[in-house]
Amino acid sequence: MATFRLTVNGERREVNVDPSTPLLWVLREDLKLTGTKFGCGISACGACTVHVGGVATRSCIVPISHIGDRPIVTIEAMAVDPVGRAVQDAWVAEDVVQCGYCQSGQIMSAVALLKSTPRPTEQNIEESMGGNLCRCGTYPRIRAAIKNASAQLPKGGA
Amino acid sequence: MTRVFVGVLVSAIAVAAWFASTRFADASHTTSTAQGLAAWEQIYSVLTHPRCINCHTATNYPQQGDERRRHVANVVRGPEGKGVPGLNCAGCHQETNADSTGVPGGHNWHLAPLSMRWQDMHDQAFSSAEVCRALTDRSKNNNLDGPGILKHNEEESLVKWAWNPGRRPDGSARTLPPLTHEEFVAATRRWVDAGMPCPSGKGVVVWPLFD
Amino acid sequence: MVATAINRRGFLRVSFTAASGLLVSLYLERNALGQDAPKPPQQPKVFPPDAFVNIRPDGKIVIQVNRLEFGQGVQTALPMLLADEMDADWASVIGELAPAADVYKDPLFGFQFVGGSGSVAHSFQQYRELGAKTRAMLVAAAADRWNTTPDKCRAEASVVHGPNAQTATYAELAPDAARKPVPAKVNLKTPAEFRLVGQRIKRIDSRPKCNGSLKFGLDLDLPGMKVAVVAHPPVFGGRVKRIVDDEARRVEGVRDIFEIPLAKGTGVAVVADKFWPAKQARSRLKIDWDVTGVEQPDSAELWTRYRQLGQTPGNVAVNRGDANAIDKIAAANRIVAEYKFPFLAHAPMEPLNTTVRFDGVRAEAWAGSQFQTVDQIAIAEVLGLKPEQVTFHTEMAGGGFGRRAVTDSHIQREAAVIAKRLRGTPVKLVWTREDDVPGGYYRPMHFHRVEIGVGPDGLPVAWRHVIVGQSILSGTPFESLLVKNGVDQTATEGAADTPYNIPNMHLSVHHPKVNVPVLWWRSVGHTHNAFVMETLIDELATRAGINPISYRRRLLKPEAKKRLSTLELLDTASAKWRNSLPAGHALGVSCHECFGTGVACAVDVSIENKRPKIHRATVAVDCGIAVNPLTIESQFQAGLGFGLTQLVPKGAITLKNGMVEQRNFDGYTPPYIIDAPAAVDVHIVPSSEAPTGCGEPPVPVISPAVVNALARLTGKRYRMLPLTSL
Repeated sequence: MATFRLTVNGERREVNVDPSTPLLWVLREDLKLTGTKFGCGISACGACTVHVGGVATRSCIVPISHIGDRPIVTIEAMAVDPVGRAVQDAWVAEDVVQCGYCQSGQIMSAVALLKSTPRPTEQNIEESMGGNLCRCGTYPRIRAAIKNASAQLPKGGA
Repeated sequence: MTRVFVGVLVSAIAVAAWFASTRFADASHTTSTAQGLAAWEQIYSVLTHPRCINCHTATNYPQQGDERRRHVANVVRGPEGKGVPGLNCAGCHQETNADSTGVPGGHNWHLAPLSMRWQDMHDQAFSSAEVCRALTDRSKNNNLDGPGILKHNEEESLVKWAWNPGRRPDGSARTLPPLTHEEFVAATRRWVDAGMPCPSGKGVVVWPLFD
Repeated sequence: MVATAINRRGFLRVSFTAASGLLVSLYLERNALGQDAPKPPQQPKVFPPDAFVNIRPDGKIVIQVNRLEFGQGVQTALPMLLADEMDADWASVIGELAPAADVYKDPLFGFQFVGGSGSVAHSFQQYRELGAKTRAMLVAAAADRWNTTPDKCRAEASVVHGPNAQTATYAELAPDAARKPVPAKVNLKTPAEFRLVGQRIKRIDSRPKCNGSLKFGLDLDLPGMKVAVVAHPPVFGGRVKRIVDDEARRVEGVRDIFEIPLAKGTGVAVVADKFWPAKQARSRLKIDWDVTGVEQPDSAELWTRYRQLGQTPGNVAVNRGDANAIDKIAAANRIVAEYKFPFLAHAPMEPLNTTVRFDGVRAEAWAGSQFQTVDQIAIAEVLGLKPEQVTFHTEMAGGGFGRRAVTDSHIQREAAVIAKRLRGTPVKLVWTREDDVPGGYYRPMHFHRVEIGVGPDGLPVAWRHVIVGQSILSGTPFESLLVKNGVDQTATEGAADTPYNIPNMHLSVHHPKVNVPVLWWRSVGHTHNAFVMETLIDELATRAGINPISYRRRLLKPEAKKRLSTLELLDTASAKWRNSLPAGHALGVSCHECFGTGVACAVDVSIENKRPKIHRATVAVDCGIAVNPLTIESQFQAGLGFGLTQLVPKGAITLKNGMVEQRNFDGYTPPYIIDAPAAVDVHIVPSSEAPTGCGEPPVPVISPAVVNALARLTGKRYRMLPLTSL
């Protein structure tokens, strides 16, 4: 067990956990932030996607010992992020979700894409979203929602 | 009859090429061309080991595992070999190996540029001659000369990673290249010393003179 | 996922007896034969709106949904029906998933479940009546208050208006309304009066699913809760012989490690404070498994066995006309085709989980279950309780596709066994993806052999068909109902009942017994039967030189109304792009009907990077009244993507030496965005008939449509799934 000081969604948090614990489980069980989901545990599905140091990261395979002082941002903070909010609003406007379990990860990946590429092409979308699994198959509506969100963003990005 | 003739022709050309390379070797090198070529074969055996070649692909994806399957989650090369915003290499591959989850890590994890691809579009490794040619082509290898390549092999963190590749998700250790890092560096030194000779081989034209 | 045969012949009544455990008996309504829509065997004695509708003082209207919400949109659709008839303000409606209770049983089948694409179809009348009755009670209360009569009042958006401009909100009237008698009969709205039904109403669970606030079963957190994982045998039915757990016990946070019985065989439970230590500890267990006497299936051996069985007829499902007609047809006019379909895992996105707390007297369970009644009974059985002593909460579920409807309730039983040992402490059992993918309960593998005799006009005159595949229902309480004369109807649906006009048809089936647990997988028998039918029909069309839509219209019997209506709509809806396909693109068409809904599909496919790239799909649907066209559109757009699980190269579960070879999404890889159609447009046939479901109907049509397009591009026939090469 070791103590780790983290910055999660802008707040300083402290946890005492086994250093090998993936960030996903620290978020879900120690910090009670269950918005980030467990889907596979081998980075194949993207349900666990968060942003670490501004980079889309699959939290199921990053041990807490590897985080350091990089800020962590989860789905719970997207509503107060301009790009995050635009994406959530687009997701709702386009009625994207079905079971919804993959959508935290989908949104985090989409936000990462739009922050870097505010006007993504079809190929940009396919590549950045290409590793997020949706068993229900909401992919066509995800595409539409990303384009919708993109249209809401100021030209230079937010 | 015809095949025998062609076979003799090929052999003759191969011998001529080898002879030519020996003839043009700088006599001041302490390592002979023959020794250099032998060292190159050792280097080649490392470069085409999965720990290295998995990121020296010709496609827009890396490989993983000893069976060199396509990397999970449809990750792609991206414009700088570092992935794309939603799937950034460094997003999952941290600065060091994550043994508890079985994900390898190293500083600045990324794909080798396409100019440094060592396999074809069907994931088949290039021949020894082809890899050697690519590696020594300064228009492709980031303008590295012999000492530059030696330094790269000795010090570059992602190269050194191949000898400390961490554990797989099931806890087993990833396989290592056929040489130790020291042996690899030593072979590189010998090869550079010999003037970085490349074997001939595929690339020799055999005229379809008959048949 | 339960076959439509039930609709036409009778109902299930599920009951629990101490002697025989779960009992499913068939109730035959006297006049069931010859009626289109059978009525439930008995109306509940009390038809309590309050079990379904709670009007809170703040005006919020909480509606209990008697189904699991696992993506299909039922949490929106059923409240819509109720709220419309109730004239409730939609903005104040909240849907909740009802716990297990008698009053929430499916009115047609008599037990609480979701499946068979039946939620809206079975509860359409029920929820409308609930809404109408609630409204009647509210209006009666208002009329009392104003000393007038209900006919002089009107209700709109949660407000009752009196004859003299009096108003009262539903919240104000609720306490008085609750004291009113529940009307025995009510008038329902005419379609012209609908305010919500028929509108594109957005899902009510959207925002919480987008901001991380909606809790799924796996997110449950209770004070003092422990987390458990189970080490399952590598071969189905294996038993623990020896456990070496010293290393496992050294993991900090581990509480207990012990052997437990499973549905088949035994396993080892690991209980810890949190998930990660439980998982770590399990990976450090050294277990010797005993597999003596346990059959060890092997895919290669099974294919050999299945293919051999498929060469001769089995138990007869269809024998129409002359069974030997095909032998009289010249070889040049015959098609012989053999098909192979592998085991398929459902792999819902949310790893399966159940939480149970048992204090010795009462139990509480939380699960995203498709089978609440069955699961409640199973947990009670394990704990030595009566079902009503188990409070069973229905959690929001991350996908299901049939995987959460299991007659042996194996996961709930595992959780209950562990909870029993932990007496008083709640425990959340988690099946990791490595439990799920190799964990069984698959769509069975199937082999088909079809011989078709083609007539001079290019239409089939004779059809001889042998299907080989495990029976899903044998050994379950549904067996007596749906396995007749050795034929499991879930294996033949989609072929046996084909409305294509084939005068001579012989269809038979072999049901080998294999040591692999099998289960219904979204659209069940239609998954393989529709593929066989729609690829062969397409091949016949090509042979005859007739376009695939016209050919089907010619071959279908007039009774196949929903197929014909969808083909007609598909024809017009897709005409423009069909007739302007770029070079390298091809059209693929399919048409099928299942669970009462007809679907026709056209796809625009090219080959990119050796994979089919689906540029576009047009779908025409006939599902009766479209309660929520937006939900229906979503179901079809997304359901096609789910259906493609059958085609993607790593969409197969295989066994070697008794063990499943795939462990996680790296070995069993479902479709990603690149595999799914880039765009899907959905067109609904206008209808005023009773609504039929849209959960499963999207699934069977996409794979044959894509493969039919590929056949045009490459000239090859694709009869072995998944598509590993083109």
